[in-house]
Amino acid sequence: MSEETKIRLRKKKSELRKSWFRTAKTEKGKWLRFYCCLAAVAVVLFIAFFGKYFAPYDPLETDYAAKLSAPGGSHLFGTDNVGRDVLSRILYGAGNSFMLTFIMIAIVSVLGTVIGIVSGFFGGFLDTVIMRLTDILLAFPDTVFAIAIVGMMGPGLLNTVIALSFVWWTKYARMARGLASVIRTKDYITEARFGGVGTAGILFRYVLPNIVPQVVIMATLDVGGMMLALAGLSFLGLASQPPTPEWGYMLYEGKSYLQTAPWIMIFAGLAIFVTVIVFNLLGDSLRDILDPKEN
Amino acid sequence: MVKYILKRLVQLVVVLLGVTFLTFMITQATPSDAAEMKYVSMGMMPSSELLEKTREEMGLNDPVIVQYGRWLGNVLHGDLGESSKFGESVWTQMTKKLPMTLKLAGVSLVVVILVSFPLGILSAVKKNKAADYIIRFLSFFGVSMPNFWLALLLMYLFAVKLGWFKVVSTDSIQGMILPVATLTIPMISSYARQIRAALLEELNANYVVGARARGIPERRIIWGHVLPNAILPIITLLGLSVGHLLGGAAIIETIFSWQGIGNMVVEAIRVRDYPLIQGYVIWMALIYVTVNLIVDIAYRCLDPQIRLRKRVD
Repeated sequence: MSEETKIRLRKKKSELRKSWFRTAKTEKGKWLRFYCCLAAVAVVLFIAFFGKYFAPYDPLETDYAAKLSAPGGSHLFGTDNVGRDVLSRILYGAGNSFMLTFIMIAIVSVLGTVIGIVSGFFGGFLDTVIMRLTDILLAFPDTVFAIAIVGMMGPGLLNTVIALSFVWWTKYARMARGLASVIRTKDYITEARFGGVGTAGILFRYVLPNIVPQVVIMATLDVGGMMLALAGLSFLGLASQPPTPEWGYMLYEGKSYLQTAPWIMIFAGLAIFVTVIVFNLLGDSLRDILDPKEN
Repeated sequence: MVKYILKRLVQLVVVLLGVTFLTFMITQATPSDAAEMKYVSMGMMPSSELLEKTREEMGLNDPVIVQYGRWLGNVLHGDLGESSKFGESVWTQMTKKLPMTLKLAGVSLVVVILVSFPLGILSAVKKNKAADYIIRFLSFFGVSMPNFWLALLLMYLFAVKLGWFKVVSTDSIQGMILPVATLTIPMISSYARQIRAALLEELNANYVVGARARGIPERRIIWGHVLPNAILPIITLLGLSVGHLLGGAAIIETIFSWQGIGNMVVEAIRVRDYPLIQGYVIWMALIYVTVNLIVDIAYRCLDPQIRLRKRVD
């Protein structure tokens, strides 16, 4: 994919994507939608981090007498093959899934942004090398690459984190590089230099603040995708180690009991689904508000 | 154009070299020892002298770059090594499983085109009517649905509850329905929306107003003018999602026990069958990069704005 076509396509794609959910036309409507999404995300986050205090059972406690019991009664979401309470496992798993997602997003956004800024601001040979590297990495569908890396390094949580970081930083690097190389040529940078501000000062005081909002939008939009990527890998049994409750792995376990205990996979999947929807909506409305093209 | 294609071919070779190098290096970095693996797979516990001798024979003591060169040479001859799991050459495994994956991806692509275009067009033409709302609502769910969950739900509903299909997919039209549905539903949702958006954008263009003012029937405006203009970027995006289809197939294939390369590689990962994993990565890279190249060239040939070197932006 040549650079030119790529940029054109990406623009086209983001233009088209933007109009997906956009129903609010007025400025007030946009903000109202944003606050609604924010509230929904707050509820999901609250459940994710404090849900375990409301869990009716210990997520690891087995109860063979009640194994594979259907939802209802003393187990609202039913139990799994060793009699563990599905609701409690989902509530505990939420913390794990979210923690991991946020850690991953933090790693890739910081790593990508730093590499991108250095690449774009200083340019030259380093820039060429970094951009060719992102070319190679972007030449792949990300699931395939992540699966391949985990495959070669061996299954496990740490290797999953490494594999996904390896694939996802490029997005942030590309964006930060693009912005940094534009900012570099601005008059205020030249003026700051004349004013005696050092390179580090310029990077932190003038370049970084101009890039951070875009990074935040991208990161918010990525929460859903990252959660799906993680869940996908642990669904394949490549990431999480049992018996830690984690949503993707619960789905993996639930798959084996599809015929006798479908509720395991239904509720674990529902948890992922709702989270992804809520974060996608927030990301979309955030972009609606902050997109400089709109204002 | 010829110059452009040549340039792209050179880029393609560079990307492939990079991918093979990364693949090789990551395998090198793994803690497991190929010589030891060889004996363990035969059920033997070798002594350290024997191990050292085997390492020497297998060339594992040579500098990494020499090993990479030798490995690459073999790869270029189609020799990707031998799969320890299947006891066959990786090449045989790949040629056996790849057609299944391509079949799944190909059928899915056709289904996506056949379904998403009518839905997108209907949604755009009937903007803000009942049909539009229904399509938008359903496609919103389709886009956000994790594909592995969708697969399990479809399987539960149609295979377990209703008993219409077998839980394990077979290589028949009936066996393909559920995997294809799982692969296509998110894509159809996404494309229906994009086609709708592209059409609506085009419908606002001045030439449409002009055509309407001249009394040209709405049907002719849409089919004759708006659609051809709006469709090009969509076609290109569709081409690019071939890679997505092939990649996403790994999870779907595992769920439905579809005997393609995605299923194969997940198995290979579980037993750490490195040659097979390497073969998978190289083949995927090759297919993906080639598809990208074709799409890119097609785009340049089809889009008059690029063809005539006039840039809008």
